[in-house]
Amino acid sequence: MSDTANISVTVNGETTAAAVPVRQNLVDFLRNTLGLTGSHVGCEHGVCGACTLEVDGAMVRGCLMLAVQADGAQITTVEGYGDRAEALRAAFVEHNALQCGYCTPGMMASALEYVEAGGQADRAAIREHLSGNYCRCTGYQSIVDAVCDVIEGESA
Amino acid sequence: MSGPRTIFDKPNSYIGKPVDRPDAKRLLQGRGKFVDDIQLPRMVHAAFVRSPVAHGKVLSIDLDEAREMPGVIALYTGADLAEHVEPYVGVLSHLAGLRSAPQMPLAVDAVRWTGEPVVMVVATSRALAEDAAAMIYVDIEELPAATDMERALEPDAPVIHADLGNNLAWDRTVEAGDPDAAFARDDVTVVERTFRFGRHTGVTLETRASVVEYDPSEDLLTCHYSGQAPHMMQFIFAKHLGLPEENVRVISNDVGGSFGIKIHTYGDEIATAAAAKLLGRPVKFVADRLESFLTDIHARDHVVHGRIAVTGEGRIAALAFDDVTGIGPYSMYPRTSAIEANQILNLTGAPYDFDNYRANAKVVFQNKNLMCQYRAVGHPIAMAVADGLLEEAAHQIGMDVVEIRRRNLIRDDAYPCTSATGMKLDDLSHHKTLDTLIETMGYDARRAEQAELRAQGVHRGIGLVSMIEVTNPSPMFYGIGGAPIASQDGSTIRLDAGGALHVSSSVTEQGQGTNTILAQIAAGVFGVDMARVKVTTGDTKTTPYGGGTWASRGAGIGGEATLQAAHALKEQVLAVAGVILQAKPEDLDIQDGHVTDTDGTQRITLSDLARTVYYRGNELPSDLTPELVATRHYRVTDFPFVFTNAAMAAEVELDIDTGFVKVLNFWAVEDCGRVINPKLVDGQIRGGVVQGIGGAFYEECIYSEDGQFENATMADYLVPMAFEMPDITIAHVETPTKTSVLGAKGAGEAGTGGAPAALMNAVNDALRPLGAQIHQMPMTPERILKALGTV
Ligand code: FES
Ligand code: FES
Repeated sequence: MSDTANISVTVNGETTAAAVPVRQNLVDFLRNTLGLTGSHVGCEHGVCGACTLEVDGAMVRGCLMLAVQADGAQITTVEGYGDRAEALRAAFVEHNALQCGYCTPGMMASALEYVEAGGQADRAAIREHLSGNYCRCTGYQSIVDAVCDVIEGESA
Repeated sequence: MSGPRTIFDKPNSYIGKPVDRPDAKRLLQGRGKFVDDIQLPRMVHAAFVRSPVAHGKVLSIDLDEAREMPGVIALYTGADLAEHVEPYVGVLSHLAGLRSAPQMPLAVDAVRWTGEPVVMVVATSRALAEDAAAMIYVDIEELPAATDMERALEPDAPVIHADLGNNLAWDRTVEAGDPDAAFARDDVTVVERTFRFGRHTGVTLETRASVVEYDPSEDLLTCHYSGQAPHMMQFIFAKHLGLPEENVRVISNDVGGSFGIKIHTYGDEIATAAAAKLLGRPVKFVADRLESFLTDIHARDHVVHGRIAVTGEGRIAALAFDDVTGIGPYSMYPRTSAIEANQILNLTGAPYDFDNYRANAKVVFQNKNLMCQYRAVGHPIAMAVADGLLEEAAHQIGMDVVEIRRRNLIRDDAYPCTSATGMKLDDLSHHKTLDTLIETMGYDARRAEQAELRAQGVHRGIGLVSMIEVTNPSPMFYGIGGAPIASQDGSTIRLDAGGALHVSSSVTEQGQGTNTILAQIAAGVFGVDMARVKVTTGDTKTTPYGGGTWASRGAGIGGEATLQAAHALKEQVLAVAGVILQAKPEDLDIQDGHVTDTDGTQRITLSDLARTVYYRGNELPSDLTPELVATRHYRVTDFPFVFTNAAMAAEVELDIDTGFVKVLNFWAVEDCGRVINPKLVDGQIRGGVVQGIGGAFYEECIYSEDGQFENATMADYLVPMAFEMPDITIAHVETPTKTSVLGAKGAGEAGTGGAPAALMNAVNDALRPLGAQIHQMPMTPERILKALGTV
């Protein structure tokens, strides 16, 4: 079996072909090969959520997926959310829902998933949804505030 | 004290306002610049072979197979690096008697903890470096390990450093009054307890990372460093790699969490720098999560036997304790691993007015990872012991826990004064913060509800803590002990040609909002819109000298330097404006980017003034030599620290069948002096409380008897997640410190330092009617069930 494989992926709307080591995970490929360093790595074993990004419409752990598995996929990273995340970004700033910002790309992905799925402004439900994402700085409350705000702003 | 008196109520003052952080936008767009984001031409990657055992003799190292592996550039053993790196010893002269052994980046003849780096592999990718590391065989003769800190001092315990003779690193006693006599009085109730505090670690979400470049043509070493004390690291790289200090540049851009973990000297980073120097090309080392758990400093790990004596009126007659702490095989360089124990000696009971105190600390070497300073150094132990004993004493004499505090806390009008523990205190507000807490939480109603629910079989508990927090350290902290750690910080502010300000400061940003508060201060004191202030921190080449960020000193020390610099720059600008406008400088002001009359009438824009100075000097009189840049440095002089105080309370609910505790509510009232940005301060307090909840209930580095770290993954080492955390209610009392014009103290440690005590008191409040008590953190469900006697 060859150590590398050719893949083609569309990342943030741009299609790229690359030869990737078959053992390389998706987030390393995005960060190191494509230079999209917005997605972060905190554990590489699927626990911290820092690497969460969108693959074919689902939020996945970029460290638990191999780059070869993403062949043919549509991928969106924090650099590519654009207008979709405008309200969330504004609310994160307003509530200081980030400190060091290292968890933030993954947090935004999980929050976006919750908001776009029509989640309610229910603090316990939001906390539960975000429970796969570590944040060591904020204590989470400001993130919950920000997500609530976006949902209430949309329903208002 | 000098400086303007009106800066806090000027029209364009931002001080005290919850303004947004300008740098948040960048991080939200994925445009942060963390060390692992850096890719440099010809960059290679480091991985380490680490000791699989806690204690052993290195017999031989076989590198042959690894050398042939694809992508391998270099292999270094401890002996290889010993030729290029000066060893370091983690002692400070003012901690009299503290001992440690010389340390090297890689183990040389012996390994002393599981995870100690032994061989460094440099290859063209991290994956290839790891492949090669897996092919290296290190033959180690395993030796008996001293892992249990209480047994490590026994005469037959294995000695970790033969030259030191035994495993005692440091021993200190603080004594005041006559505690023996006080404990012997027949009118006092004595409470005696043993507290255990597990080891935990910082788990910064971004692991330790550095990219080091070396340019042999100019002998220049540049380190991109995920850390919080760049100037300290500049000194350390220079000294231990034999470079002139001016040839070392340390850059800390975005740092993904630090909490004290990233202010220490790790062999991994020194080895990375040595390799970059030897290879003449950039070397990157980013710790993986396992490496972080095994080698990032750990904290806490104390056993404390404590006693308190209180009179029938609830007055503390005496407090005494013995603390034993295990620090791993070396005292960490350069801050030393004795500081945590020292803080406990200094802080335990310090909020209270009493005379008789005795505290002893023994700091012990053991075959576990090194223990050193992490957020709220020593505070959680000091607060949990003093307030745990005090609340238990209150129950024994039938007094409410609020009332016993009111009878003992140092009066708000008693300052300046000295605590029984020997700390010089000023500008504190224990009673006011306690009163605010009681009101904010609705204490009486909560107690009534608790009693009612208890009758229905619901086990709730309420616990409090009254604390002091070490912030704004003076040079009495490290400088006096000979460490290259600045307690002063500097700020340089320049008026740009476009009328904007450029602030360059030696304090650093790790997400707490340093750059924002410096901009707020500069904008307000000088008189421009905050959007016109750019801030640079974290680069030894472009910022003034200073300590960086540790011990909650960014706002209090870096902020004051910025205030003074902004004021000095304003005086310069007004002197120039006076000449241009033919006016007396004292009749002029700066507001909204204009030089104005004192009534606010606009006279000339700052950009006009700056352009005249920079581009059209011909329009100025020859004897006028304007600079339009000012630097000021600031350090705390009359006090070793500027203490803050806080009162906090927790409400928990206990499930007696499972041992699970739910934190229902948490309230924190802090007096951090002048609040520069309430939004950022509240973020610091909440984040700190949640780390404190982690220490109280979840976080523990679990070692086996023979020194294996058994839960070194994020799946096994538990930290607080969003779901278990309560909303945290915050209120402020503001007593500005008189040591500065700004009046700001720190706010970073309080939550982590105080929350565990309040939580342990709350759990014990819930357990007490069941005849049970717990004095061990983390308070895991199993330990609670054990306390209840059900397992
Ligand atoms: S890096 Fe993927 S979950 Fe932590
Ligand atoms: S903001 Fe630092 S980890 Fe979340």
